Amino acid sequence: MGQTIIEKIIAHNSKADSVKPGDIVTVNVDRVMLDDIMIPFIVDKFHEMGFTKVWDPDKVVLIYDHLVPASQQDDTRHYRVGDAFVKECALTHVHRSDGICHQLMTEAGYVKPGDVVFGTDSHTTTYGCVGAFSTGIGYTEMAAILGTGNLWVKVPETIRVEIEGTLPESVMSKDVILRLIGDLGADGATYRALEFTGTAIDEMSVASRMTIANMAIEAGAKCALFSPDEKTAKYCQTSLDGFQKSLRGDEDAHYLQVITYQAEDFVPVMACPSQVDKIRKVSELEGTVIDQVFIGSCTNGRLEDLQAAAKVLEGKTVAPFVKLIVTPASRKVYEEALACGALQTLLKAGAIITHPGCGLCCGRTGGILCDGERVVATNNRNFLGRMGTSKVEIYLASPAVAAACAAAGKITARI
Amino acid sequence: MGKIFKFHNDLDTDQIIASQYLLLPTIDEMKVHTFESLDPEFPARVKPGDYVVGGENFGCGSSREQAPAVLKALGVQAVVAKSFARIFYRNAINIGLPVIVCKELPEAVQDGEEMELSLTEGIAKSGGREFPCTKLPEYMQQILNQGGLIASLNRRSDF
Repeated sequence: MGQTIIEKIIAHNSKADSVKPGDIVTVNVDRVMLDDIMIPFIVDKFHEMGFTKVWDPDKVVLIYDHLVPASQQDDTRHYRVGDAFVKECALTHVHRSDGICHQLMTEAGYVKPGDVVFGTDSHTTTYGCVGAFSTGIGYTEMAAILGTGNLWVKVPETIRVEIEGTLPESVMSKDVILRLIGDLGADGATYRALEFTGTAIDEMSVASRMTIANMAIEAGAKCALFSPDEKTAKYCQTSLDGFQKSLRGDEDAHYLQVITYQAEDFVPVMACPSQVDKIRKVSELEGTVIDQVFIGSCTNGRLEDLQAAAKVLEGKTVAPFVKLIVTPASRKVYEEALACGALQTLLKAGAIITHPGCGLCCGRTGGILCDGERVVATNNRNFLGRMGTSKVEIYLASPAVAAACAAAGKITARI
Repeated sequence: MGKIFKFHNDLDTDQIIASQYLLLPTIDEMKVHTFESLDPEFPARVKPGDYVVGGENFGCGSSREQAPAVLKALGVQAVVAKSFARIFYRNAINIGLPVIVCKELPEAVQDGEEMELSLTEGIAKSGGREFPCTKLPEYMQQILNQGGLIASLNRRSDF
């Protein structure tokens, strides 16, 4: 009997010949990601459990991103607690202003294909873009991993998503994952692994795959996996070993469901207020007046996203009553977007460029909205109150669509 | 017996406790903001022993463990829903808050009605009717029985 990618990773990690969906397995954790919002709670629980040292400081990464730079006085308390923990446990992988955790984990080389990684943020599914099993957990479980180095998991069933062909030029990977979430529903993949395959996936950059893996949680998925290939190896600055090369779904593996798409059938779409699975074609929303546009986040703040936005806004200006906020996902992305001229184009068009970090996505800083306002945003959630008050309407879209909307001052499919 | 506070499908953790309150230093300071966007009176009206009843996909979204933690701190006895998002489900068990899957009860009861729940029998009762609930996987039941992950870890001797 063949195996799916997640079954191969969990079996390899736990040194079992094979595992099957439903098995409860204790995995050895290859890396953990701790973020600044959760750090005080993690540290409290760690001490409450009686631990005095982390199982392996080299496997622990602490990233300050939600609260950088501080926007409220209390934010700095989280830095102090984090810094004290760094000292107490001799942690060395600490990023205090380098960008968003989910961007940095793969960009800075902390995650390799086949790894098992947990983070205290639900979008930890992102690292599936390089073929790692990664998922979000709470602070109590994180404290337990920090002390023991392991965690129990239930082997999930797998849903395979096959996309063959070539995506239309106006379509980005954001449109692909939004459509899939709409088709599956916000809980359609709960407790399940998603596995992506097909020629359209092969053609995608690692950055585009990241967008898809990032948003898999919005369909409830435990993880989203892409087979490592040459692009992955280059991105991770590694060469793939035999195990990593084997991370493909076997022909005779058992899949709970197989969903097939023809790439040419995709069109630009949006998730409408206030559900991630309320998907409409952008063309059906044409003309809806907007107040703000946000381009950034761990979903869509990478170089190709900023370049896509810059291409749309080249020689244009943001509508006078609209604020366009652009937040690169990391310091590296910021530097690269400067070097290639994308940021200059966006600036010239009237964008506000902010420091890398979570920024507006978590509704704490950098352009929060108030009652009655409407925003087109490239991040991953349009829940009530996510980016300001609970009477803000959030439309989720690709960076190209978001940029077109910023110039038009209203929702438009004319990229 | 406890009172039912009923909520909708796909209830996300941002609605249980909004991100701007996650910076408050303690769960006790956070709990007064529970369900603020949906029912600002909830923290004052809920009494220890009451129940939260949800629909499908209860607790979707963010991994914030503060969501089950504020419910537990307010004395909510259990959350009963048609289905749960997986991170919320795990977090709730780990802090000792029972999360019970019951397909029929959420449709059959109204906000404000009374219900009782027997975890050992896996049965919820309301309005003279009985509703079978799905039992927790054995491994999770064990963690819950011991009062959560910390208590469970403290009983282990292998670290």
